Amino acid sequence: MSESKPESGPVPNPRVTWEGCSVLLDINDGDRLVFARLSAGSTLKIGNKTFSLKPLIGCPFGSLFQVESGKEKPYLSRFVPPTEENNVQDEGSCQLQEESRDNRAIIDNNQAQSLTGEDIEAMRRQGATGDEIVEALVANSATFEKKTQFSQEKYRLKKQKKYAPRVLLRRPFSRSICEAYFKKYPARIGFLRVDALSLLLSMANVTANSDVLVVDMVGGLVTGAVAERLGGTGSVCSTYLGGTPYPIEIIRMFNFSNEICKRILRCTFNDLCSVQNETGEQVNQHEDVCAMESQSNEKTSLSVSTEDVHLSSKNGDTDLVPENELSTSSKTCKAPKAGEKATKEVIQSWKENGFSSLIVAAPEQDAWSLVKDLLPLLTYSAPFAIYHQYLQPLATCMHNLQHEKMAIGLQISEPWLREYQVLPSRTHPCMQMSGTGGYILSGLELETWQFFTGKELQAMARQEIFRSCNILLHSQPQDLTIFRARKTMGVPSRQLSSKTQTAEPQAEEPPSPTSSTSSSQHQNEVAEEVGPSKVDKPTTPSASSNS
Amino acid sequence: MHGKEQKKMKTKVGVLGLLRMLLMDSSKKISFSRCIRDGDLVIVYERHDTMKAVKVCENSVLQNRFGVFKHSDWIGKPFGSKVFSSKGGFVYLLAPTPELWTLVLSHRTQILYIADISFVIMYLEVVPGCLVLESGTGSGSLTTSLARAVAPKGHVYTFDFHEQRAASAREDFDRTGISNLVTVGVRDIQGEGFPDEFSGLADSVFLDLPQPWLAIPSTRNMLKQDGTLCSFSPCIEQVQRSCETLRSDFTDIRTFEILLRTYEVREWKLDHSKPDDGSSVACPPCKRRQPSSEVTVGDNANSPAVIARPSAETRGHTGYLTFARRKCLS
Repeated sequence: MSESKPESGPVPNPRVTWEGCSVLLDINDGDRLVFARLSAGSTLKIGNKTFSLKPLIGCPFGSLFQVESGKEKPYLSRFVPPTEENNVQDEGSCQLQEESRDNRAIIDNNQAQSLTGEDIEAMRRQGATGDEIVEALVANSATFEKKTQFSQEKYRLKKQKKYAPRVLLRRPFSRSICEAYFKKYPARIGFLRVDALSLLLSMANVTANSDVLVVDMVGGLVTGAVAERLGGTGSVCSTYLGGTPYPIEIIRMFNFSNEICKRILRCTFNDLCSVQNETGEQVNQHEDVCAMESQSNEKTSLSVSTEDVHLSSKNGDTDLVPENELSTSSKTCKAPKAGEKATKEVIQSWKENGFSSLIVAAPEQDAWSLVKDLLPLLTYSAPFAIYHQYLQPLATCMHNLQHEKMAIGLQISEPWLREYQVLPSRTHPCMQMSGTGGYILSGLELETWQFFTGKELQAMARQEIFRSCNILLHSQPQDLTIFRARKTMGVPSRQLSSKTQTAEPQAEEPPSPTSSTSSSQHQNEVAEEVGPSKVDKPTTPSASSNS
Repeated sequence: MHGKEQKKMKTKVGVLGLLRMLLMDSSKKISFSRCIRDGDLVIVYERHDTMKAVKVCENSVLQNRFGVFKHSDWIGKPFGSKVFSSKGGFVYLLAPTPELWTLVLSHRTQILYIADISFVIMYLEVVPGCLVLESGTGSGSLTTSLARAVAPKGHVYTFDFHEQRAASAREDFDRTGISNLVTVGVRDIQGEGFPDEFSGLADSVFLDLPQPWLAIPSTRNMLKQDGTLCSFSPCIEQVQRSCETLRSDFTDIRTFEILLRTYEVREWKLDHSKPDDGSSVACPPCKRRQPSSEVTVGDNANSPAVIARPSAETRGHTGYLTFARRKCLS
């Protein structure tokens, strides 16, 4: 079985840490989350003390560490929790006995604890362990015995967190990375909650060998999550408008192998949709043809400028997590290069084959203006999933897609996630929950291409027919090279011939909750009602039989 | 929903290059030039709630309320095409995905839907190359997505104690082309536990059993250290009992409930009472329009507003998802 993996080094899916590996440190059961890169010199600060992370190297993910007071200074030491067999039984029996205590006699006058801060400091100097301090606090609490069993547990836990903090070594996966960011810096990932992220990956059918197009303005989280699912096959293309790629710094939190990193590519939107001429070379029309009216302030120049990048990433700050107290030297040593610029050949292959799916997570952008230009880059019937933290842009986008008949199976969904506390006799939903994980518009792209000859295409290019350049080279089985182009809205395409399904049959349309309005009818007219062929195209494979 | 029109079209599988659900190698990818072929599996889309899986067979026809569709008309068309019947009715032909499959598969049991499925896979940290154990197989809805997540080199071993159900699942996995990623076994996991051969090899285990606590000790033995477990239970009593059992050998025990709320979108046909300044009354003037940055279809002052509201009817509960990790002791 190929599943038994070697247990060291950056192999796929390793379960033991190594020097230079990225880890997520979970301090006191989620109270604090810190990304770190393990090296002999890296440190972690808990409270006012600094701990070396060296003892964590070579340990299995999932192991727990506890602060031990050493001879000179405290250090992190592997902590193996006792099998809770006994504890469980204790709890089980105590819940059966009727709880007779209550809190009527407990008065909050700050005098219950007889140990002072100085006393505790003194204990520490004498080398008392955290657990011993907790026991001393319990013993010196005047009210502890009067507390109910549940509240005694709470008390112990609170003191343990303070005097004997524990550090859990977590594997950085999309799950843990997304959760950590959502908890600490939700704005950086556009408030994309882990369940919403999981839906994006499913709805876009991300799997091995697919070529996934992403617009990732959430710091690289989506790009990384896709790359994780590709497992070193296929490709993920992170496209961007304008000259500066969107930051993908979160990718460095994953322990991606070189094989996976190689599959993460970046490409400007212009390069993806520039017009091809018959020899497959780029013609210099993309300034005309793919005018991106929505990006008026960003010049379509390809040269990378140093201007500030998009809004949600603050001034290109490469320090991922300020709380991370690590030596900066380790940052560059191990991280392999992800997000290389896609080569001409790769771009060409994307254009010829189309992307398998699309994910957009651009919380500050208008969904429709992105989607209308991106969908044509997808292969037929390809699924797509658009994330937004607001509902309205997606509603508009869905409405327009329906009208343009660009997609099918459209749905806006909003995930709702509730966690439960499950304890003997104390099971209930958690008191706090996230109110929103954002909205997702999903659907499947429809085959709406038209077929044109090279001559027609040139004519159209001259007339700037296409608002967005969705023209791709396509070789037919009949060995005739023709071009495909998508009907675009609001363009004077009347004089153009096309092979659209002009005779719409009188069958039931798939339901569209919207009734078309005068303005949309006009749009349809332009798009659909094209005259009979000026040029005959008997070779067109999509020539629909107007049966 | 579509069962009445169910018509089995069994042809021999095994032709290379046929389109199935997952891309086992890049050559089978759907692309602009990869059109529908004889033998492909397609999802016939009538409406968003009426779809069915059909295997394209040159001499076959599909009959539904829109008329008779000849498969031979479909061959050579791109996926996503609209195809017409003799009567002029039409359907769309879509490429299969696990999500579409979940909507068309024949229900032999209650199945898991996309929200639970997506969350389970993400939370179990299933990635390519993983070995995953599942019980019961049920209708194979989750199994299909698990297979997608472990592809190309991982494997899903799924067990059901119901022999016929297991056989039907096997047939389905053949049909969807994922049988090289999934092995279906007939076994009572609650009674016997998972087979010893997987001891210490599983990255993740998924349980959908009436008494999951009975399978937890075996699950513990199957999992690698820090390996993940998920148990799906509709009732809180099951969760309660499972969590009590989990506490001895597992950590990071967390229980969730996930639901999807869907939205209906429509145009708001607001009767404009001719505002003389020409501005739309439908939009509250909270934000001034940037003339250059607003791109909408029919972007003019009279364009009606698009509004959304939650769908009237929705699923209120599917089940509780309890996750845990095997404790790391060495």
